[in-house]
Parts: sequence; structure tokens; C-alpha cells
Amino acid sequence: MEKKTWLSRAIGLSMCASVKYSARGPALIPRMKTKHRIYYIALFSVVLLGLIATGMFQFWPHSIESTADWSVERRSVHDSPLVHLPASSPIPERGDLSCRMHTCFDVYRCGYNPKNRIKVYIYPLRRYVDELGAPISSTGLSREYNELLSAISDSEFYTDDVSRACLFIPSIDVLNQNSLRIRETAQALAQLHRALLAGGGFSTWTYRQGYDVSIPVYSPLSAEVELPKKQPGPRPYFVLSSQTAVHMEYRAELEALKAENGEAVLILDKCTNLSEGVSPTRKRCYKGQVYDYPQTLQESTFCVVLRGARLGQAVLSDVLQAGCVPVIIADSYILPFSEVLDWKRASVVVPEDKLSEMYSILKSIPQRQVEEMQRQAHWFWEAYFSSMKAIALATLQIINDRIYPYAARSYEQWNDPSVVKWSRVNSPLFLPLIPPRSPGFTAVVLTYDRVESLFRVITEISKVPSLSKLLVVWNNQNKSPPEESLWPKITVPLKVVRTTENKLSNRFFPYDEIETEAVLAIDDDIIMLTSDELQFGYEVWREFPDRLVGYPGRLHLWDHEMSKWKYESEWTNEVSMVLTGAAFYHKYFNYLYTYKMPGDIKNWVDAHMNCEDIAMNFLVANITGKAPIKVTPRKKFKCPECTAIDGLSLDQTHMVERSECINKFASVFGMMPLKVVEHRADPVLYKDDFPEKLKSFPNIGSL
Amino acid sequence: MQAKKRYLILLSAGVCLSLLFYFGGLQVRATRRNPNRREDHSRNGLHSGPDQTWPHFSDHLQPFMPWDQLENEDYNVHISPKQKRDANASIYKGKRCRMESCFDFSICKKNGFKVYTYPQQKGEKISESYQNILSAIETSRFYTSDPSQACLFVLSLDTLDRDQLSPQYVHSLKTKVQNLHLWNNGRNHLIFNLYSGTWPDYTEDLGFDIGQAMLAKASIGTENFRPHFDVSIPLFSKDHPRTGGDRGYLKFNTIPPFRKYMLVFKGKRYLTGIGSDTRNALYHVHNAEDVVLLTTCKHGKDWQKHKDARCDKDNAEYDKYDYREMLHNATFCLAPRGRRLGSFRFLEALQAACVPVMLSNGWELPFSEVIDWNTAAVIGDERLLLQIPSTVRSIHQDKILALRQQTQFLWEAYFSSVEKIVLTTLEIIQDRIFKHISRNSLLWNSHPGALFALPQYSAYLGDFPFYYADLGIKPSTKFTAVIHAVTPLVSQSQPILKLLVAVSKSQYCAQIVVLWNCDKPLPAKHRWPPTSVPVIVIEGENKIMGSRFQPYDTILTDAVLSLDEDTVLSTTEVDFAFTVWQSFPERIVGYPARSHFWDSNKERWGYTSKWTNDYSMVLTGAAIYHRYYHYLYTNYLPASLKNMVDQLANCEDILMNFLVSAVTKLPPIKVTQKKQYKETMMGQSSRASRWADPDHFAQRQTCMNKFANWFGTMPLIHSQMRLDPVLFKDQVSILRKKYRDIERL
Repeated sequence: MEKKTWLSRAIGLSMCASVKYSARGPALIPRMKTKHRIYYIALFSVVLLGLIATGMFQFWPHSIESTADWSVERRSVHDSPLVHLPASSPIPERGDLSCRMHTCFDVYRCGYNPKNRIKVYIYPLRRYVDELGAPISSTGLSREYNELLSAISDSEFYTDDVSRACLFIPSIDVLNQNSLRIRETAQALAQLHRALLAGGGFSTWTYRQGYDVSIPVYSPLSAEVELPKKQPGPRPYFVLSSQTAVHMEYRAELEALKAENGEAVLILDKCTNLSEGVSPTRKRCYKGQVYDYPQTLQESTFCVVLRGARLGQAVLSDVLQAGCVPVIIADSYILPFSEVLDWKRASVVVPEDKLSEMYSILKSIPQRQVEEMQRQAHWFWEAYFSSMKAIALATLQIINDRIYPYAARSYEQWNDPSVVKWSRVNSPLFLPLIPPRSPGFTAVVLTYDRVESLFRVITEISKVPSLSKLLVVWNNQNKSPPEESLWPKITVPLKVVRTTENKLSNRFFPYDEIETEAVLAIDDDIIMLTSDELQFGYEVWREFPDRLVGYPGRLHLWDHEMSKWKYESEWTNEVSMVLTGAAFYHKYFNYLYTYKMPGDIKNWVDAHMNCEDIAMNFLVANITGKAPIKVTPRKKFKCPECTAIDGLSLDQTHMVERSECINKFASVFGMMPLKVVEHRADPVLYKDDFPEKLKSFPNIGSL
Repeated sequence: MQAKKRYLILLSAGVCLSLLFYFGGLQVRATRRNPNRREDHSRNGLHSGPDQTWPHFSDHLQPFMPWDQLENEDYNVHISPKQKRDANASIYKGKRCRMESCFDFSICKKNGFKVYTYPQQKGEKISESYQNILSAIETSRFYTSDPSQACLFVLSLDTLDRDQLSPQYVHSLKTKVQNLHLWNNGRNHLIFNLYSGTWPDYTEDLGFDIGQAMLAKASIGTENFRPHFDVSIPLFSKDHPRTGGDRGYLKFNTIPPFRKYMLVFKGKRYLTGIGSDTRNALYHVHNAEDVVLLTTCKHGKDWQKHKDARCDKDNAEYDKYDYREMLHNATFCLAPRGRRLGSFRFLEALQAACVPVMLSNGWELPFSEVIDWNTAAVIGDERLLLQIPSTVRSIHQDKILALRQQTQFLWEAYFSSVEKIVLTTLEIIQDRIFKHISRNSLLWNSHPGALFALPQYSAYLGDFPFYYADLGIKPSTKFTAVIHAVTPLVSQSQPILKLLVAVSKSQYCAQIVVLWNCDKPLPAKHRWPPTSVPVIVIEGENKIMGSRFQPYDTILTDAVLSLDEDTVLSTTEVDFAFTVWQSFPERIVGYPARSHFWDSNKERWGYTSKWTNDYSMVLTGAAIYHRYYHYLYTNYLPASLKNMVDQLANCEDILMNFLVSAVTKLPPIKVTQKKQYKETMMGQSSRASRWADPDHFAQRQTCMNKFANWFGTMPLIHSQMRLDPVLFKDQVSILRKKYRDIERL
């Protein structure tokens, strides 16, 4: 009994089955004779449940053992063991429509694991025959089901250890209900009444949301036909209907649309007089004119996907492959992988009774959106429809996401095509927040041995009202910081951190001592910034907490002659960087700089003892997609008398090196993330004709 | 006897040995299997990768679907699709209701999504919460008082509390509902409910036949939830504000994002009966350090009777901690089910930016149809309670940072007031009815949220000001100027003509729209100066103030430069402002700014046009903003506010600033202007009288308070900065400056 509970969750995959039931089943049940009803129930259980395992275990208790070697030597389906189903073996009960993950899925078997990945076991293949020796399925193992199981067995989900698995997949092929003998298949799958089902044609009434997985109906054409890649854009036809088994009522409505809108609408049907040897699946006709299928789908912007006898239609796959936007006309159909895929970005859903309005509905969609949808449709096909492998892995990933929801793939991971993933920016500080003034900021002063200048800087900064703490990063290992009594007396806490190595990146380390969100990075020679300027900088940072807010601005330029980037520190009308010799930023970027800097940039900076500020600008611009904010007018920031000693910034070789940094970083990032702007932030009343003493920040820009 | 025993021992030893051998052999074989297979693979040059027992069969297998199957599937050709739909509609009722079978779409077609609330009956007692729900609908843009126009009906009978033991319980609801002549067996009706069932089983039955009505219900279980038909709403208390609502508690993002406690909970424990298991087991996980899970047995009068061995200890521990302190200082907050699936803890945690850890198996989470809860909560499994601490500890800092911010976004977008909860419910239903113009998941789950992003405006996300970064694109590089003209054209020196010329010279100007809101007929075409861009003159609808914010089809650019006819602007100023707007496309970027303040003497908001060190509005007589705000102004704001503006012919700019700040949660941006600008505006021009009029000023004050009242909160935010060109007034040759005209007077 215990075995039964833990084995009774497996996953069944059926592509063509469930629909038939939902299409006409329930309506008929009450009127049926009891005998038929049994069949129906049997069918239902297969359909809905697909499969499972307990049964097999009962029939062949030694199956684990027998798997051991035959897989190695015998690679033909015909060598798999034969199993006779006695006519009296039990038929499963109707599937439980109330099943959900928390009721019918044994989560203990999956448990907690560091990789957050489920383990999947596949039952070994058997050939089932009834008492008379007739097989229960006309196809046996189909090519597609074999591909699917092979893909799973090659994936990271697979385990050959039945005791470690939390998901079980039967090897009975129920992809296509038409080739199955329902009663016998049901017997083979007996007692699997809690299987979750991956099916190709769920309706809203048969789909157990959050439990079943709606999968696409695989189109075998995908493997056969390779369509040339086609860019999104206008196409010769506006709407195309390519299905052959369309109900006459719908066909009449489509024809009416064509009559009304002419050439833009193309309604194809099967060809009646094809010559021998031409596959009818590869041709469609309209009034005797023959079109190649599926190539012709690429000639249309929108392609109709109408329900047929079944809700799920293989044509959906063909349409997506052609980058044609599917127009889904199948009420109550649960679109493939709808649990994770955002179909609103790739398709248009039109209610069946609004078919006649389809044309005007489609016309109302802006062209740019149509192009987005074309791109999205093709991407869905590529990622989730193109092969049995893609279908299988997406299905397992969905189940995996449910079991480990906190490690689930995100909406963006599922839905964004790689182009978008590349160009979109998802700032980690995305909430529009203006932090309160009260916590203030922590000033981090990087110093080596310029004690006198350092003390002047400390004294200046300590006058800023919002300063909450001063952190001195003592980067000199050969010399101790001055005695405590020598330091300037200030009202806020002052901490000295001694580093173990003289590295520039020490200034961006996320020290625990930094308790505020806002960090002011400042060099030990920036003594000319006034208290008003610093306070104002902090106020501006509060309005832009996800940006670098700094004083001296710099620019990168494209040097056409040299075909590379160039660093510019002259008086320019534009800004793309602010120097971190004096800049406010969020502590989060310290963390990013220290632990998430791409490539070898961090080491490169430490080795060259230069460009840490450029690296920081790259990092922030790359992750936020935003330009820095330069505050207050240009002025000399260092003491006039210091320039002689510190000629570094003026040095020509220095400039060359900085240019090199930009080129190096751009190549590591794979693009140029810096954004150029033409504005800077000043106090509202800056330079206005207004009494200075009434201004909040009068002392701005004065030398 | 002895011999027998000995044989028995021997026999059992033998059995043991053979069993050992058997299993041991299996083991050996199992371990040997892998190298064998690997060899086999390398020999065949087949798959590398993990071990496989699934043999990649090399047979020529048949496809799963024969080529001709599709062709032969016309077997149902005789069943008309229409009949089939009708058949579905007739059998899928009650618990299997779906929009397809239980909702009449046809009545929504004519008038769009209009919601009718039944008139309140005399003598019917309605709880405050339900009153709030009704008034949220009645003040919304969806409301209609005419049932023949309605697409959705909401009862005036209080259905919120269906717990028979509750004092709020409304009796004989069944007959009352059946007597409503518009009831129509509940078709197109929406029923709100917070509590259903009662002790001991707490079923989800409402105690009356809801027919084909949709449920907007709290604590709804997946078994009873009818997907895409019902709406799961959060449980909210009777103190939940009607409009506006408090902002989230998150004021800043701390790094590292951990708070004092990792995981907390404080609440009742029921000891026995439905939903008690999880809370009873919490003490296993409690460690009194960073995982603090507290329960009390004290509830009801006779709790002592049922108390178990742990109660006294638990109760003592419970009293040691303050709930609010814990809430504000915890990274994760446990939200275990109570008697019912949902609990108040959920919304409390959300607002407190404490990431909720759901332990409520089978709860259909609030608005699950549209909200991606994995981005704002940790969905745990009651069965795996003991794993919860290690699960939350394994969540990476970056993820916590994101989860926390998302709680705040969701709280403010959909939960902070009754009105938001109701509007979200209505928007979800509207999205179902008009499927082809419904919102996608990105719109629902990113700032500013679905209530501010109306899909009827455009199906393309790039047409909105909010998603440029998400799509990796930029706004269009041109603007359309809209000049609001109210005085007849009499002389060629009128300011409007100068303005027209100055604006048309901007390199970013695509076209100029003159909105003729003057009583005099349109001037002849030749009266307008020749310009290099098209000038389109449209007559304002009813010549009302609000017409300047109409979403005219002629505006094709993302940016709109809104201008009063007497505005004085130079081409340089316009160019610079537009480059600034491109960096902030979701905000208003303008020149003259105004500020608001709280007048504590008069207990109301004050308005000031004095020169101040900060501002919270920029006048739309000269401002650039996204054209979507025209759509939002016209279609989102209620008629009451728009009428007020039109009647006063004033305050339109204040209302626009309120709207944009409510959406963005950010202040507008002021850019540099030439100094004489303000003087001109206050000076001799045609509007001078208006600006000098003290009534005008008083009106604006009144407007502000009216607007704040409707928004339920003061959306305006102050800014202390102005954006100037990089070299503005710097000590460098003017020739090096790009926007040099701004400095010249």
C-alpha cells in the first residue's frame, strides 16, 4: 500500500487525447448506455490520467532488477519484454478532477535539495498485449515518444535510481489516443488515478490548474521542413487560414471575411486533384491554385488557428515556426505552457462567436505590436515547440518550478527572447523610492599617507548636516594611521579601517561599518567642496538613489580616426561619467563592485592602480541603464597649492591610460553601457535673482 | 526441541544470508552498470552526458500521428460549433462555471465595461467594508446607474460576512436575492465575500444559491476556485482605508538586506480542528533567535478547557515580543493559514516589506490570475514546514532585495485601499471580457501597475512611458507642440505667433497643433506664420479647459510640449528641455514650478507660487510630458474632477501634476528658463488678469484639496533640484556652450 502512494504520481503525456473528450464528451455522457459509459470512463482515465506506475509494479515486481542490463545490449523495441494483460485486470477509476499539487503530489519524495531540481525516473519499456496476444496500441512506441523519453534521459532531471525519483514517467505511449485500445491501455495504466497529465488539448473544464501541464501538439513537419528565417515586418497577406478540417460554419464565416476584405485574406483548403506522389500534407489549395505548406504561412501576418474536432491543433506549431501571429479561435482552450508563457505577447485570442469581427480586431493592433508578436511567436516555437525535447524539458521545468517555487524561472527567463534579454535593463533598485533624509550618509575617504590633507577633508565634511559617519580606509600597510588624539574632533563617529593590501578596490568594499544606504566616496585631497555643495549632492542622490551622483563630470567619445573610445575631461556640454573622487551612490553598488564585477575588471583596476571610478560608472550604467547625475557647476576641487604635487590627472599618459580603460571595459561588457546626458543638477534657485540668505544652498560654485 | 531450535536458527541464518547475497548482488550489479554503459556509449559514439537506462532505440519507429489523421478528423462535422457552445454552456454550471458558460458577453458589447450597483434598500444594514466596496465602484469610471447599460451587477446586499455566528451576518439572503428582478439567476453578477462557513468546518459555501454569479472571495481554495471566473481577493480588515491608503513601510533598501529576524510569526493557535496542524507545529522551528514563531492559545472564553501541554510555555513566550517590532525587523514573515486559508498576516507582511512565506496549502492567492507571486512571496508547503528555515536561508540576497521591493510595488498598486482591491477585481474581469485588448503579465507585475496602464490606449508596450527599459528601447526623438489658444488672432505681434515660430525651429519638433479654444472663428490659414513643420489647427471640443489634454489622434510622437498661447520660450530652452525629457520620459519636465505645503493652522493643503527652494508641480502652460498622460487624464480621472476644472477654467495643470505624480511616485522636473519668463507670465499678457486675480489663487487652493481628497492621499512630491545645461553659467567661453541662449537675457 505504501508503495502505491508514492508511485502514484507520474506524468502522462498525451497530445491528441483529451480534446476529443472535452469537445463532445460531457454533453453525451448522460444519454449513454451503461456499457458505453464504462468505456467512456476508461477513456477518460487514460486521457486525463495518462498513466502510471503502480500497476506496472504490481505486474512486474522485479522490474528494477530486470532493467539492469538489457538496456545495454538490446536496443530494439522488439526485444523489450512482452506483457500479457488478463482481460479481468482492473480498470482504473475516473480521474480525480480535484487533484492539485498539495493533495495528489507526494512532495516528500522531492524534498529539499541544494540544486532545487526534481529527479525523474522512466519506467522500462514493455510491450503490452491482451490475452489473445494482440498489442494494445497500433503504433507501439512512437518515434516522438521515444525522442521525448530519450531527451528526458539525457537531461539533468533524469535518474535511473527509482528510489531517488520524485516524478515517474511510464513508457506506455499515449501520445495519440487514436492508435490506442482504450480499455486495455487503461488496464495497463491501472490505478494511476492521481497522475498529473501533460496534455495537448485541455479545455478550461478538464484542465486542473496548477497540476496538469498543457503542452503543444507536436507538429512532425517541424522536423522535416526548415523555414528560412524571416524578420518581423509586413507580409503579403494579412490573415491566412490554412487548416483543412474546418467546420463548414466557420468556413462560411471565413469566406465572408474574404469577400469583404479581398486579397488581404487568404483561405486555403486541402487540394482535391494532386498528382501521385505529392504529399497532401505539404500542399494547400485555393480555387485550384496550389500553395506550398507550411512555407505559405510565412507570407501572412496573422494565421488562424481554429478548433477542429480537437481543441489542440498541430497547426499552431507550424504557424509559430513561420513567425506568423496565431489568431486563436478555440473557446476554453488552455494554450500550451500557459502557466508560464505570456501568450498575450505572441497571439490574439478571438472568441468563436466573434469570428466575423476578427478582421477589424486584428486591424486595430498597432504595427509595432504586430512585429513584437511575430518575433515572440517565432521565439516560442524555437524555445518550446520545435522538438519533442523542447516540449519535454519545458514540461519538466514547469513541474520543477512548482515544487521549488522560490527557485522558479522568472517571467523574463521564460518569455523574453534573447535579443530582449540582451537589451533590456532590469535595475535591481527598481522601486521608485525617495529615501528619507534622516539616516544621512557615510563618507568613505580613501587615504594613503596624505595626513594633513586628509584631516582638512575630514574637517570640511564634518560640517555637512546629513553626515552620519566617517570611514577612513587606510590603504598604507607600511605606516600606521596617526594616533587617535591627533585626529580632528568631529561630532559624528569616525572609524578607521586598515586594509591588508594597497588596492584601489578597497574604497568600494561594502564595509559593515557603512550602515547607511548612501555612501559618499571622497578622495583625501578634495578639500574645495563646500558643505552646501555636499549637502545638496546628498539631496539630489535621495531623488536618484539608483544613480551615481557626483561632482566632476567626464565624457567618453568615439574617436573616428582611431576607431576606438576616448576619454575626455575638457569642458564639454555632455556628461557620461562622474568621478568617484567625490560622488554619492548606493551601498548596493559597493557590493556589486566587489562581488559581481564582470570579467577581470576588478583585478585589472588593482593592477593598474587606475580607473576604479570608470569601472564603477560602467557597472552602474550597465545595470540600471541610466546616466549619472552631475551636480553643481564646474570648479577646482583640489587645493590650488596641491596641483604641483598632484599632477597626475593632467598627465598626458594618464589620459591615454584612462582611454584604454574605457576600451578595455567596453570589450568586457560587450557593449558601451555609458549613457550621455546634457544636464546637471543645481539647486532650484541657483543663480536666480533672489536674496542669497533665503536660498537653501547659497554656497554653491563659489571658489 | 534443541535440535528444532538449532535448525530454525540455521534456517533463518540461511535466509538472511541469501537475502543479503541477493540484495548485495543487486548493489554490485548496480554499481557495475555504469562503467559498462559508459564504455558502450563511447564505443558507439552516441550520447555523452548523464547515465542512461533509457535506451535510445534505433528502430525505425512510426510517427505518433499518421499523416492522414488530420484529414480524417471531420467526424464531428455534423455538430455545429454553435450548438456545441450552447451545449457546453448548458452543462457547465455551478461549480464548473466559466466565463464561456456562465457569463453573457453580449450585454457588454454595446456600452463597454459598465458596472451597476443595486440601489440600497431601506432597513438593510450594510457593513462599513461593504459600503466602501460599493462607493469605490460608484466613484469609479466603470459605474453606471442604468441597469440596461450594465455589463456587471453588484448587489447592495452585504455578502461579505457569511459566517452564521457573526453579528454582521445578513439573514434570509436567499429570498432577498431571488426577489431581485435583475438577478437573472446570478448571470453577470459579482459577489464579494470575505468570510464564509463557520465553526467547525469553515466550508466555502455562502449559505445561499449564487447561481451563475462570479465570486470575488477571500480565502478561496483551489478546489472551489473556478479559474478565470472567480477572483481571489485578499482578506482585509474593517479599518482598511477606502481610498488612497498608506504607503508601504519600506523607506530605503538596506545592504545587506537581512534584518534582525530571519523569519517571524505571531498569532493564535487553535489546538484542534481545521487548520490547526500547521500552527501547532510551529514551535519545532522556533529558535528564539532569528526564527521567532510565536503562538498563543488564548482565544475564546473557554480556551483553558482545550489547552495542551505547550500552551503555558507558548503563551509566556508570546508575550515577550512585540508584533509590530517584529514585523518591521524581519526579513521573512510567515503567513500560515488560520481556520480559513487567508489571514490578515498576509497583507500586514506585504505592507511591512516583510516577504510573506505562505503556508496555506490550496489557497488560491489573491489576484493569482494576474499577479506573479513568486516575485514577491515565498510559497511554502505546509507539509514541508521543517524545511522552511533552510529554504528561506538559501534565498540569495539579490533575490531578497527584489522580493522586498516587489511587495511594496504590489501593496501600493493593488492592495493598500479597498478601492484598489475593488478596481483590481474589476480590471481583471474587464481583461477577460475584452480578451484581445487585455494586459499582459509584464503590465500587471511592473511599475506602475495595471490600474494606471490602460490597455485600451495601445496594445504596444512601447507606446507607454513606463516600459522603455523593459523593452530595451527609447522614446521617439521628436515632440508635438500643443498650443492652447484662447484669444482671437488680431495682430502679428501676438505672443502666440512668436511662440509658434520659436518652437517650430526646434530640431526636435515634429509638428505643432494649435488647439483653438477661442469663441471667435478660426483665423484664415495665411494668418499663421510659415514654419518648417506642419501646423494643425483643431477646434477644441466644447472649448473647455480639459480639451487641452484630449488624446488627439493627430499627436503621433511620444512627447507632447504643452503650451499656453502667451508662453515665452526660446528654441534653445525647448531643445534643452526635450533632451532632459528623453532621460525622464515618465515625468513632466517643465519650466515654471509651484509648490504645495501642509497648512497646519487651517488643516488643509496650501498652494504657493512664491519662489521657494523646492517645488512639487510644474505648470503645464510650458511643459513636456508623454502623450499617454493625455489618455490617462481623459479616461482615468472621474468626471467630477474634470468637470470642476472645466467649470473653473483653472487647475488643469494641478490635476495633471497630481495624476502624473500618483502614477510615478516621483516629482516633476524643472529645467532652466530665462529669467524674464516668469515676469512675462505675471505681466502684461492676456492671462495677466487671471493670474493677478485673488480668486484665481483661492480656486487653486480649493482644487488641490478636492484633488487630494479624491486621490485619498497627497501624491505630490517635492524636489530641490533644477536641471541646467552642463556648462550653465560656468566660467568658460560662451562659445563652448551648446545652450548659450539660456544664459542670455
